[in-house]
Amino acid sequence: MNWSKALINPVIDKEFRLRMRSKRSMLSVLLYVLALGAIAMGFIYLFLYLGQRGPQRFDPQMSQMMFYVLSFAQLVLIAFMAPALTAGVISSEREKQTLSMLLTTQQSSATIVLSKLVSALSFMALIVLATLPVYSIVFLYGGISPKQLVSVFIFYLFVMLLLGSLGVMFSTLFKRTIVAIIVTYGAGLIIFLVTGLLYLFFMGIEQRNMYQSGQPIVPGSYSWVGYLLGLNPAGAMMSLFNPSFSEQVFMLRGGSLNSKAPIELWLEFFIVYSVVIVLALWVAIRNIRPVARRKRKVKISAQPPQGQETAGNEV
Amino acid sequence: MIEIHNLSKKYGTFHALKDISLHIEKGTVFGFVGPNGAGKSTTMSILATLMLPTSGVAKVGGYDVTQHPKEVRKRIGYMPDFFGVYDQLKSTEYLHFYGASYGIPRAEREQLIPQLLELVNLSDKADTYVDSLSRGMKQRLCLARCLVHDPDVLILDEPASGLDPRARIEMREILKELKLMGKTIIISSHILPELAEMVDEIGVIEHGEMVAQGKVADIQSRLRVKKVIHIRTLEREEELAEKLRDELHVTSVLTDNTGVHVHYSGDDVQQSALLRQVVSWEIPIVSFQEAQSNLEDVFLEITKGGPRE
Repeated sequence: MNWSKALINPVIDKEFRLRMRSKRSMLSVLLYVLALGAIAMGFIYLFLYLGQRGPQRFDPQMSQMMFYVLSFAQLVLIAFMAPALTAGVISSEREKQTLSMLLTTQQSSATIVLSKLVSALSFMALIVLATLPVYSIVFLYGGISPKQLVSVFIFYLFVMLLLGSLGVMFSTLFKRTIVAIIVTYGAGLIIFLVTGLLYLFFMGIEQRNMYQSGQPIVPGSYSWVGYLLGLNPAGAMMSLFNPSFSEQVFMLRGGSLNSKAPIELWLEFFIVYSVVIVLALWVAIRNIRPVARRKRKVKISAQPPQGQETAGNEV
Repeated sequence: MIEIHNLSKKYGTFHALKDISLHIEKGTVFGFVGPNGAGKSTTMSILATLMLPTSGVAKVGGYDVTQHPKEVRKRIGYMPDFFGVYDQLKSTEYLHFYGASYGIPRAEREQLIPQLLELVNLSDKADTYVDSLSRGMKQRLCLARCLVHDPDVLILDEPASGLDPRARIEMREILKELKLMGKTIIISSHILPELAEMVDEIGVIEHGEMVAQGKVADIQSRLRVKKVIHIRTLEREEELAEKLRDELHVTSVLTDNTGVHVHYSGDDVQQSALLRQVVSWEIPIVSFQEAQSNLEDVFLEITKGGPRE
């Protein structure tokens, strides 16, 4: 069939085989589900038996709470998993000395980079889907709609794609896997932590300025600081759960409840990081064959039109 | 088939290649000789489209390696000096992967891969995981991989490095077969001396410069690599050496525990006269033998004095 040929190119085929044949993969699925299961069980234990008011009923509100906890825990697990799985895809081939042979085949740079990314993402998707039974605990008690669950999983996919693209990019930029992994974790740290801290920091300053100036708040006004939280996955995910969250984020304390958010946080997250993903993949594709990149430089100085044409074919 | 004009490669201030020019006809087996770090691998990487030259032109089958790398890749089979394999793949899957990467349809590959495995004597290892193969087998599998898309040109960087003598001989036999198939082969190798009979031309490279290039015989005669005659006697070795020193065309005589080594510049007629002479001295001679001067001698001769025009 043609479509399967188009979808499963040799690189993906090989990556799938290698991935599923290693014991490590099965082990990581197991450990991941165990970790998330432990969090779920711990949560139930903590709230049902250790509450201040003694043993309690597990009601839908509680299960909603648990859904949030699980979702954030999963987000953190993904943040740890994605760089480790993607930052080595190119550099490990270089270290194992298989890359040069792969690069002399007819596979285009884009095919190689994207196939490797898709294969890593598929594996992560498998792991995340494997945690669905843990989520079924939530459904047992209600309080969460399937739509919320689906949107959260789509959000996970996007975060994996983001961290994965950065991982692949650093994997082509750095010769050694370990360096690529560390730098990708660094980038993850900026996305996950620094954006949140910056939000808190600037929100504090803005609040202070507002109190000092003593001016009444114009209805419908909002603070630019809210945009910062839109760059944070946790903030974006929160706005998925709770539509009014975006408004609260953009609103200054004492502001009018009518002031609307200029943009939903999750939407901002998708838009901004889509650009980042595209850029990261572009850099990765340009960099995987050193010849292609340098050739372009040389060509531009020599004969620009032809150079771009060939560079296009190359990719 | 392969044209290289004034090819240079700089890494920062280090000149890896200086103005190398080379022309290799179709069907030629070209031996690339030179000490480590001389620029052999750099030249081969450039031909394999993995590296861009700082200046100069390299063409394979008429296609410039920087302008039309995709066309070049179709025509070359490249075997790097160091390479890894995907451990979790079986030999056939390994070849299937590369075959597919060259866009060969599966039906065709099903036919082709058993033939390739047979060519490199790995038919019995078809379903073995690649990581359990010996080094020599991996080397041969990699050679089969180079051939999967039936390229006209083979670029083999040290295909026999790290192989035991038996594996080297096997590799050499395969290369002979490839030569018969009409492939153009560029080979840099430690086994070059052993390859002497199958290499048509050699290029000697040192410090990024081509110091000698041409047909093996031409280079040998140009350098006037002298004959070495090895004479083994039962006794009176020193006396023989003494007498030989006064003979015509004998440039030097050395003795060691294996016998007398005579460096001789005369031709075959003069050599036979020398043999008669030696026999007439009635020293008990066990053997009188012309030692083969091989590529290794040529190589040492060329590179000992540094670059030579």
